[in-house]
Amino acid sequence: MAYLELRELRRSFGPVVALQGINIELGQGEFLSLLGPSGCGKTTALRLVAGFDRPDSGSIVVDGKDVTRVSPNKRDMGMVFQAYSLFPNMTAAQNVEFGLKIRGRKRGDRQGRVQELLELVGLGHAGDRYPWQLSGGMQQRVALARALAIEPRVLLLDEPLSALDAKVRVQLREEIRRIQLELGITTLYVTHDQEEALAVSDHVAVMWGGRIEQMGKPAEMYSAPATPFVAEFIGTMNRLEATVVDGSSGEVDHRGVRLMLESARGRPNGERVLVLVRPEALEVEAANGAAPSADGNMLSGEVITHTFLGPVTRLKVVGATSDLIADMSTARAATLPPGQKVMAKVPVGDARLLTLTDAAVPAAPGPDDQ
Amino acid sequence: MIKRVAPSRVIWLLIAVAYFFIPLLATLLFSLNKNATGKCCSLAAYGTILHDHGFWHSLRISFLLALETIAISLLLFVPTIYWVHLKVPRLRPVIAFLALIPFVVPPIIMVVGLLNFYKGAPGWFYQQPWGFLVAAYVILAFPYMFFALDAGFRSIDVHTLTEASHSPGASWPVTLFKVILPNIRSAALGGSFLCLAIVMGEYTIANLSAFHTFPIYIQYINETKAYPAAAVTLMSFGITWAAMLSLLFIGRGRPGRPLQVAGTR
Repeated sequence: MAYLELRELRRSFGPVVALQGINIELGQGEFLSLLGPSGCGKTTALRLVAGFDRPDSGSIVVDGKDVTRVSPNKRDMGMVFQAYSLFPNMTAAQNVEFGLKIRGRKRGDRQGRVQELLELVGLGHAGDRYPWQLSGGMQQRVALARALAIEPRVLLLDEPLSALDAKVRVQLREEIRRIQLELGITTLYVTHDQEEALAVSDHVAVMWGGRIEQMGKPAEMYSAPATPFVAEFIGTMNRLEATVVDGSSGEVDHRGVRLMLESARGRPNGERVLVLVRPEALEVEAANGAAPSADGNMLSGEVITHTFLGPVTRLKVVGATSDLIADMSTARAATLPPGQKVMAKVPVGDARLLTLTDAAVPAAPGPDDQ
Repeated sequence: MIKRVAPSRVIWLLIAVAYFFIPLLATLLFSLNKNATGKCCSLAAYGTILHDHGFWHSLRISFLLALETIAISLLLFVPTIYWVHLKVPRLRPVIAFLALIPFVVPPIIMVVGLLNFYKGAPGWFYQQPWGFLVAAYVILAFPYMFFALDAGFRSIDVHTLTEASHSPGASWPVTLFKVILPNIRSAALGGSFLCLAIVMGEYTIANLSAFHTFPIYIQYINETKAYPAAAVTLMSFGITWAAMLSLLFIGRGRPGRPLQVAGTR
């Protein structure tokens, strides 16, 4: 039985529909990330769960009880905000103690619990410091301890790492996950960073235009995106528009180039499809003046840029039919410098196919665009 | 290494000091003159004031009026401005405009209007300074209190602090008194001090409504006794400074500064 349920949640702000028909079921102790670009409705959904806003319709159920109309201070939910939200007039320890005081816990119990939580987030030594004496990462740790102090039924995190630098972000997200697993607390996490969502979650729900585009386990979301938007938002994806030529053999036509794809088998002839190929699945090699073979699933092009990404280098290839992005080891990329004519092989069994409708496919903004 | 100060700066500083302190010094020297000879130096004028029952009585009335004005203004404006910032920020310019009205309407017009408006009010209100005068002073202090508090509320992230307080279970009053108020303490103290200064120096309304406050006493002494008038002027100046220093002392009290704008650290 689901511990946290969002049933047909709808919310509008004047003419703007922020959420339309959100349905989520989350088991006790599970970690769900709401992932999407700015304005997709993920924070609105979180605020509805927290009680800071009311839905136009639909309901929120926690542990079998409808809390839709319960005020936020009676919901027993711990929240960590995107903005640094520690009370500036209180020390780190007093911030953590705040909720316990309100609940009338005895002084001795409070102090023990505060120290325990500060140590859990690695700040046992900093209890007497004021927020302005703490770094951004430390402040968010204290905010996490404060949210956990009241032993909330659900932990809500609203882009808690977005104001932090990259290294601290990675470190802190791992700690959040460790603490979540240690305490077994049901968690709803909002982020626009797909890498962050995939790294820490049991489930990921990708949102777009106030709807959930797809919800599933991180590996499923990456390997089997259900819509073009999800495919592009989660990781980088090459998108090739094509038409099924022979559904029985899995042959498609991409702007005059014939490709054999396992995923095209059984598709009706003439169907317009979108072929999705991950950059790491493309096999790129120097062209050496040879013409592309008709049956080799090859696309020709020219390397335009190299982008060093640490373990791999990303090549941008401008082709006769499509622009492509390919990831390969840095050592191998060195053999294909910019200006090199190349052939890119589309793997027969490693491409995903989506039916291309006439409706416009939204371009997924990258995390940098948020 | 000793840092050299430009001579022009020193000159401007001396001019500023002279501008402010020469009148005070002249008043001080005048207040020290002997009543009989008109020559220096005697503290008799200060003695006359300090032994005058009217001085202490009017000072006490004005001080209590100031405290009452501060208390009512804070009770009225802190929750109102908090609510406006939190729930109806569109109303802020409207309230800011209303707050300018006491600047625009001269006190003489206001007191005539208020005397007429409250004519039928009960005696405990209309005939007592604690009622009528305070009602007028709250209006008079509105712009000072509003702009001071408004600046305070704008320096904190009201929404996030409120939600961060509600999330662990705090009610509205707890949020206001434990979270919001301590973080706008300096602004509230600044507004309170301005209230104090206004009430301690307000003459027109008190005079026309026939209440004997401290400024009325100063005016009476000014018209009847030359040297004590200078002494009481300096003493009122000292009282104002004492109030300002106490504000600085209280405001410096606890740490928790500087305030940080959300998300910029």
